[in-house]
Amino acid sequence: MMTEKQSSWKNHLLLIPFSLLMIYPVIWWIGASLKSQTELSLPTLWPDKFMWENYTNGWTYSSQYTFAKFFGNTLVMEFWNVLGGVLTAALVGYGFGRLNFRFRNFWFSVLLMTLMLPSQVTIVPQYILYTKLGLTDSYIPLILPHFFGGGAFFIFLVVQFIRGIPRELDEAAQIDGASVYGIFFRIIGPLIKPALYTVGIFTFLWSWDDFFAQLLYLSSVEKFTVGLGLRMFIDQFEVQWGQLLAMSLLSVVPSAIIFFLAQKHFVEGIATTGIKG
Amino acid sequence: MFGRKSGSGKRFQHNTAGYLFISPWLIGFLLLTLWPILQSLYLSFTEYSLLDSPVWVGTDNYSTITTSDRLFVKSLVVTFTFVLFAVPIKLLFSLLVAMLLNKNVKGMSIYRTLIYFPSLIGGSIAVAALWRNMFGLEGYINHILSWFGIQGIGWIANPDTALGTLILLNAWQFGSTMVIFLAGLKQIPKDLYESASVDGAGAFRKFYNITLPMLSPVMFFNLVLGIINAFQMFTSAFVITNGGPANSTYMYVLFLYEKAFRQYQMGYASALAWILLLIIGVFTLINFTVSKYWVHYEAEGGKSR
Repeated sequence: MMTEKQSSWKNHLLLIPFSLLMIYPVIWWIGASLKSQTELSLPTLWPDKFMWENYTNGWTYSSQYTFAKFFGNTLVMEFWNVLGGVLTAALVGYGFGRLNFRFRNFWFSVLLMTLMLPSQVTIVPQYILYTKLGLTDSYIPLILPHFFGGGAFFIFLVVQFIRGIPRELDEAAQIDGASVYGIFFRIIGPLIKPALYTVGIFTFLWSWDDFFAQLLYLSSVEKFTVGLGLRMFIDQFEVQWGQLLAMSLLSVVPSAIIFFLAQKHFVEGIATTGIKG
Repeated sequence: MFGRKSGSGKRFQHNTAGYLFISPWLIGFLLLTLWPILQSLYLSFTEYSLLDSPVWVGTDNYSTITTSDRLFVKSLVVTFTFVLFAVPIKLLFSLLVAMLLNKNVKGMSIYRTLIYFPSLIGGSIAVAALWRNMFGLEGYINHILSWFGIQGIGWIANPDTALGTLILLNAWQFGSTMVIFLAGLKQIPKDLYESASVDGAGAFRKFYNITLPMLSPVMFFNLVLGIINAFQMFTSAFVITNGGPANSTYMYVLFLYEKAFRQYQMGYASALAWILLLIIGVFTLINFTVSKYWVHYEAEGGKSR
């Protein structure tokens, strides 16, 4: 008891410098995105002259399309990804978490094994498949997996969450004459909302960052995502750092907004779904 | 970790409904995972450029890879080095941060936000660009160093340090590992610590005798997935260094990517993918075998029941 106040001070003494250290590159980033090419190599945090042009020129860097197009493309793709990810996780999660069917345990262990499967093993044949179907340079290869249980981790998360819901609720509904479908829509569906938020958020964040697949499947500038738009800067002989850093910073804004809006779901979602099982 | 409650056995079977509900995943698994795996195995014994049909070459790809492909050896060495350093550093770092964030301190949510934020944006190409700039010869890091009279080098342009910067970037993105540790820490019953205090145990003994064993399933989970993910590192190596300088950051997946999608040697790339699968499989198997000796599960009938 006596040392409580003292140790609290110690904690702050540790936490303040540490969190500043962690966030410092981000702050430097904001400053650097407003610097001219010559000022970039100076150790100052903020530029003498604010180069707002970095943002305007960077936005229209590609002569054909502005970043508005790339953001639009990415958001449309994200809409379908999140929809698919959440729907599949809810349906499949309920199937594995509550229903008793033949070979359930077998399929569930298959699902867990796919968690550990490196995607490189499937990527070449998948690419060949999509090429043969004429679906490369479209969003289909990026969106489709989300509707078909591509996020095995999310299904696992929802299953764990459903297992934490008392079975008495189902049984009561069953006595009232609800079918397994009714139980899903009226009982389990509404109860797993917190887990589904987590699924939606992480689907959004991870597919925003899924550079590999975007690089592989999208080739025409018209269809570029934000990530691919950024890559256009890097491919140049002389990199326009100010513009690149400015646009990079804008590219993380959607993720940041989601993060701040849904902050509590991050830790809570993972904590309640209980990785420990 | 993947704990499973046993069913009562008498429960009704819902075969149709069950398969209906899992059908999205099942269809996806069969068409987008199982079929490609089998095809990739077949392709690994062929020569295939997408244009002509695959030509069966037996084990030629595998023997070329293992006996005469120097890039294979190089990328393997780079990747193993990366895994060897990046995984433990990240685990240790995330555990320490999680313990720091598990304390009951005023304003904790602000600290948590500040510390978690970099990981949120971590894997993206944007951060890779940031990193490339910061560690450049004229970059930010060298200016900090110059304050202390240290003459910096081009960290990314130097073959000796380039991989180190990628390892550091990987550690900076500790967020999801840390969150899982944090969730694990919150599940440890407080009374364990209280009774240990009564018995006069110090902070270190409490950590060693309570925290570590209680956290071992979570540690195991993070270790298994950490190793698997580290073997598949791609974006930062691709964007920041593109494998260079002097191939010092030529990660295995980068090698695979170039073989498959730059040189269109689909058969060769498939063989590379299968070798990767084998390596990851062996590591995971070792992990699961060794886990018996150090992962401590709560006795059956714990609170999860």
